[in-house]
Amino acid sequence: MPTLTLLQAVNDGLKSVMRTDPDVLVFGEDVGLKGGVFLATEGLTNEFGKERCFDTPLSEDGIIGTAIGMAMNGLRPVAEIQFQDFIFPAFDQIVSEAAKLRYRSGGQYTAPMVIRTPYGGGIRGGLYHSQSGEAYFAHTAGLKVVIPSTPHDAKGLLIASIQDPDPVLFMEPKALYRSVKGEVPEDVYTVDLSTLRRVREGKDVTIFCYGAMVPVVEKAATQAAAKGIECTVVDLRTLLPLDEDGVLEAAKSTGRVVVVHEAPRFCGYGAEISALIAERCIEYMEAPVKRVTGFDTPFPNTLEHHYLPDDRRVLDAIEQTFEF
Amino acid sequence: MDTTELLKVIEPDGATPGFDTDLSDAELVHCYRTMLAVRAFDDVCMKLQRAGRIGFSIPNKGIEATQVGAASAIDKTDFLFPSYRDFGMALYHRVPPVEMMHNMFGNELDSAHGRQMPVHFSFVDPIRLYSISSPIGTHIPHAVGAAHAFRLKGEDRVCLVSFGDGGTSSLGFHSGLNFAGVWKAPVVFLCQNNGWAISCPSEEQTASEGYAIKAKAYGMPGIVVDGNDLLAVRQATSDAVARARRGEGPTLIEARTFRMGGHSTSDDPTRYVPAELLEEWGRKDPVTRFQRYLEKEGIWTAKLEEQLTAEVSAEINAAAKVAEGTGQPGLETIFSDVYADLPTHLRKQGEFLFDLTARRGDAAAGDGAFPL
Ligand SMILES: Cc1ncc(C[n+]2csc(CCOP(=O)(O)OP(=O)(O)O)c2C)c(N)n1
Ligand SMILES: [Mg+2]
Repeated sequence: MPTLTLLQAVNDGLKSVMRTDPDVLVFGEDVGLKGGVFLATEGLTNEFGKERCFDTPLSEDGIIGTAIGMAMNGLRPVAEIQFQDFIFPAFDQIVSEAAKLRYRSGGQYTAPMVIRTPYGGGIRGGLYHSQSGEAYFAHTAGLKVVIPSTPHDAKGLLIASIQDPDPVLFMEPKALYRSVKGEVPEDVYTVDLSTLRRVREGKDVTIFCYGAMVPVVEKAATQAAAKGIECTVVDLRTLLPLDEDGVLEAAKSTGRVVVVHEAPRFCGYGAEISALIAERCIEYMEAPVKRVTGFDTPFPNTLEHHYLPDDRRVLDAIEQTFEF
Repeated sequence: MDTTELLKVIEPDGATPGFDTDLSDAELVHCYRTMLAVRAFDDVCMKLQRAGRIGFSIPNKGIEATQVGAASAIDKTDFLFPSYRDFGMALYHRVPPVEMMHNMFGNELDSAHGRQMPVHFSFVDPIRLYSISSPIGTHIPHAVGAAHAFRLKGEDRVCLVSFGDGGTSSLGFHSGLNFAGVWKAPVVFLCQNNGWAISCPSEEQTASEGYAIKAKAYGMPGIVVDGNDLLAVRQATSDAVARARRGEGPTLIEARTFRMGGHSTSDDPTRYVPAELLEEWGRKDPVTRFQRYLEKEGIWTAKLEEQLTAEVSAEINAAAKVAEGTGQPGLETIFSDVYADLPTHLRKQGEFLFDLTARRGDAAAGDGAFPL
C-alpha cells in the first residue's frame, strides 16, 4: 500500500473516482494546468482532459451555482473553492439552493455534488486564508459537512462524498496537507459518512475533535498518559449528520469530556457537542464539558500561534476536568 | 470618449507625437522615481520572502505604469481603493516605505497590528488608502458608496478603485458598476488587465472583447488604455476623474498590461505562462518606455537614473531594516478592535491568554497584566 500525504490522498481519491465514473468532473479557480494552489488537482487536466478538469472565472457564486445545475442533470461535480474564506459569495447558492433543492421539490430535483475547500490556520494566512467556518454550514439542513484528518480517511470520505446523493461540503485541513502521511489503498474504497473514528482508547477523559486539531489532541493525549491520565480521542470526521450514538457512547465511557476546535467558541461546533451531552447523558458526567477553541475574534496573522489551540491548552483542559 | 480603441501616448521609442503633457518636469521625475521605487520595493520583498524573513509578497513588476499613471490623476483629498498589487499607488502619494514595510513584517507599528497578511495595507495619511481585503471584488461597491457619500455631502472628491481582470467576475464588480451607473457616482473603476488571474488567462475569464466593453451594459463609458504607457493611463484616468467631478458619473478604464512575475511568492508561473508571452511583454517594459520618453524630453540621463535608483534602494532597504527590527504586536491586539468596546467575553478570553503565556514564561505576556 502506498504511503501518501493527505494532499496526495485527495488527489488520488479524485483520480480513482474519475477513472471509474465518467460523470465526475472537477472545476474551480486554478485547478487545471496549475493543479490548484495547493496542487490537490495536479495532473487531472492532463489525464482527463479539459472537459473534466477545468478552470472557471473568478466567481464562487458561479462555480457553485453551475455545479448545482450540472448535478441535477446527471453529472457529479466536484467543485473547488480555493480557500474556505472565499466561499461566502457562494453562501446563497449553498445554503438556499443546493441544501434545499431536494426538500423544496419533493425529491424531483437534487444536487448530488461535492464542494472541496481547504480550511483552517497554520500557514500565516491572516484574516482571510485561515478561517474555520464549519459552524455556518453545520447549521444548514440538507447539507453534509465532512472533515478528514488522515490520508486514508481523506480518500475514503471524499469518494463516499462524491457518491452520496446529497450535497457535501468537504473541508480539508490545509495545515495537515503535507504534514501527515499514511497508508492509502490504491483502489476505490469508501469510508462511511456519519461514523466517527476512535483514534485512541482511554478510560479517563474523552476528547472530541476533527481536522487539523486531531494531531494536536493526540499529542496532548500522549502527554496526559505520561501523567497517568488515559484519554479516548474521537475524530468526528462528519460534522453533519453527526454520529450521535457514537458521541454519547464515547462520552459515557469516561464521564469527562473535552471538545477541541480551532474555530471561534461562540456558537461553534463544540457547543453542539456540549449540548448533546448535557441533554442526553449528563447523568454520566463527572465534570462539566471543557471547550478548547480559537478566540471569538477574527484570525490574526503574526500572532496566529497564540490564537490556535495547541497541545498545552488541550492538556490544561484535560487536567481541569479533574478539578471539579 | 466611449471607445474600444487602445489609447496610447508613448511610442516604443519614447516619442509622443502630437501630445503635450500637463505634468511639470518635477512631476515627471516623481513618476519615474516612483516606478523605480516600486521595482526596488518589489525586489527587496522578494528577497526577504526567499530568505524567510517575511512570509509572503505580491510581485508588482510590469504593472508600474498603470499604478503610477492612475494614482497621479487623483488628489491627496480623494480616496483610493487599491488592490493588493498596487505598491505604486501608495508610493506615488508618498506613503513612507517604512509604513508599508511594517505591514510586510506584521509588526507592532503596522497600522493593522500584524493582523493582516503582507501587502494588505491600510492608510489614512498622507492619502486615504482603503484597508485591503483579500476576498476579490468586495471593495468595489465600497468605493461606489464612498463616492456617493461625497456627492450627498457636497464634497468635491472622487474615488479611484482598482482591481484585476479576475475581479470583473466577482459579485462586487457587477453590483458596484450597476449602482454607480444608476447613481452617477463620482468613481473611477480601474481594471488592471494584467493577462492573468493567478493561472487563468483573460480569454477564460470572459468571452467579451476585453473588459472595458462591460461598461456599456452599466451605462457608463469604457476606455481601453495601454497599461504600460504611464502618460496614457494618466490621461484616461484624468479624463475620467474630471468627468466624475463634473457630476457626469463613473467610467470604467481597462489598462492592458502584463504581470511579469508570479501571482505571488507562492506561485510558479512557468507552469502556465508561455515563455514567448513573457518575452514579448519583456520588450514592452513600462519603466524603459517612460525612460525613453524622459530622455527625448531631455529629462532622463544615466546619472539621474543612477541617483534615483541609489536613493530609492537606500530608502527601501533602510525601511526593511527598521521594520524587521521592530517588535511584534502585543497579545492584546488579538482582542482589540473587534468592537469599539471590549465585550466581557473577549476580556475573559484575553485574560486567559495572558495568564497562559505568563505561566509558560513566554515574553509575549509582557509584565503579565492584560492591558485592555
Ligand atoms: C473571492 C475570492 N476568490 C478567490 C480568491 C483567491 N485569489 C486571490 S488573487 C486571485 C486572482 C485575482 O486575479 P485578478 O483579479 O486578475 O488580479 P491580479 O492578481 O491579476 O492582480 C484569486 C483567484 C480571492 N482572493 N477571493
Ligand atoms: Mg489579473
